[in-house]
Amino acid sequence: MLQSISDTWNSLSAYGQHTVWTTVWTLAITIVLILSVALLTLWERKVIGWMQLRRGPNRVRVLGMFPGLGQPFADVVKLLMKEVIIPAKANKFLFLLAPMITLIPAFAAWAVVPLSATVVVSKANAGLLYLLSLTSMGVYGVIIAGWAANSKYAFLGAMRSAAQMVAYEIAMGFALVGVIIASQSLNLGDIVERQQGGFLAWNWFWLFPLLIVYFISGVAETNRAPFDVAEGESEIVAGFHVEYSGIAFALFFLAEYANMILISALTAVFFFGGWLSPFAGYLGDSALAQPSIGWLLFKIFIALFFFLWFRATFPRYRYDQIMRLGWKVLIPVTIVWIGVEMVMAWYKVGPWAKTALWAH
Amino acid sequence: MAVNLVKTLLLTELVQGMGVTLRNFFSTKYTLNYPEEKTPQSPRFRGLHAQRRYPNGQERCIACKLCEAVCPAVCITIDSEVAPDGTRRTSRYDIDLFKCIYCGFCEEACPVDAIVLTRIHEYHMEHRGENIMSKDKLLAVGERYEAMIANDKAADAPYR
Repeated sequence: MLQSISDTWNSLSAYGQHTVWTTVWTLAITIVLILSVALLTLWERKVIGWMQLRRGPNRVRVLGMFPGLGQPFADVVKLLMKEVIIPAKANKFLFLLAPMITLIPAFAAWAVVPLSATVVVSKANAGLLYLLSLTSMGVYGVIIAGWAANSKYAFLGAMRSAAQMVAYEIAMGFALVGVIIASQSLNLGDIVERQQGGFLAWNWFWLFPLLIVYFISGVAETNRAPFDVAEGESEIVAGFHVEYSGIAFALFFLAEYANMILISALTAVFFFGGWLSPFAGYLGDSALAQPSIGWLLFKIFIALFFFLWFRATFPRYRYDQIMRLGWKVLIPVTIVWIGVEMVMAWYKVGPWAKTALWAH
Repeated sequence: MAVNLVKTLLLTELVQGMGVTLRNFFSTKYTLNYPEEKTPQSPRFRGLHAQRRYPNGQERCIACKLCEAVCPAVCITIDSEVAPDGTRRTSRYDIDLFKCIYCGFCEEACPVDAIVLTRIHEYHMEHRGENIMSKDKLLAVGERYEAMIANDKAADAPYR
């Protein structure tokens, strides 16, 4: 069995091997991501419960242990069994296409996210551009869903979402311009490598305002509280997915949480040194100082906790306040800090004290 | 003005708010695991109704209709007749549980402690019409929980 697999592998051309390897790797990432989303929904309900002095879901058990762990899987089964209702006057094709359009970019973006120095599906040189374009794609799913459902509430939600995405996309892009200036590369692997050194060498220290702006825009991009006016259940019922039920709704849900994980991973990569250890250079050669995928997962986890923390803490923004924050606060802040970066680059402080990438 | 601007830019109030939620995150949770854990009840708890009998087995209710008169939800219906022994008794005593607001006025009004609200709050109905507590059902509840009712009455007596 093993022999035949190895023979088949060797008989493939280099191109074939690459294709098979990428396919397997993509599948692995997708499955792990879906499982993480399942656990994240549980973790979210637990965290928000704890912050509201409740206990959170603790009834559905797995193997009679781990109270609450079975909850996300029970939810999935429930959603799978439910009927997908298509409104009579909906555009059927677009109605069913929309959840997939939202979902696919959320997963496809993982192609360029480096999990460690070697583990990455594609070491694309323009990885950051690819990411920016894919995360902007997701909004099309929301808009199409809102339009295709032929419902006023869904349409309002879609319009809100579109305007919000445009506003925060710009702030996010500008924040990433700061990262590009600091790391002199669009390749996500290079961006991490440029942050070598302890936790003070990471980008967050020199680009702190950009980190704040980036994370706030990230929360807004994923339509999470306090920026979830696109859903706004108290005003427009459930916004763009008001007409969706069953597994079609679950796809939106999946996309939202996958996007959260993606934004958290990108925050870790852009500002917190990806897979690098915070203790590098402080603890000598100990295991804690070694770069590893564990550090990346840890950083993602912390960033995700902030998403949940925000949701448990802040009330929803009013719509005009969201627009004001995006256009009049975040964008000016990023532009000012990019100016500050220019000064720092001129006087060679911080990340610019290192040799420029193009110098060697 | 300038102070406000600095405060806004440093997100101080948002951080304070997050501090509040983080404190709650680590503090003791109030939730009870309901079927396994239950909140302590006062002897004055007002739950399902019951009618009591005297220790010799005689019904307490004398059909004075004070409860019917005081009931703010008008959920009590009483018909009375002369019993074979010459006393006045109810021939019908119905309480509509859907109308009842569990105010306890009937219990307060009753001169002979016949109608009482017990501590039972875990009951349900499966068929139409089961919401009407007839005299037989009320007496059955009273018989079954007489010990509890008597205890609760005794516990509350010093405060009356």
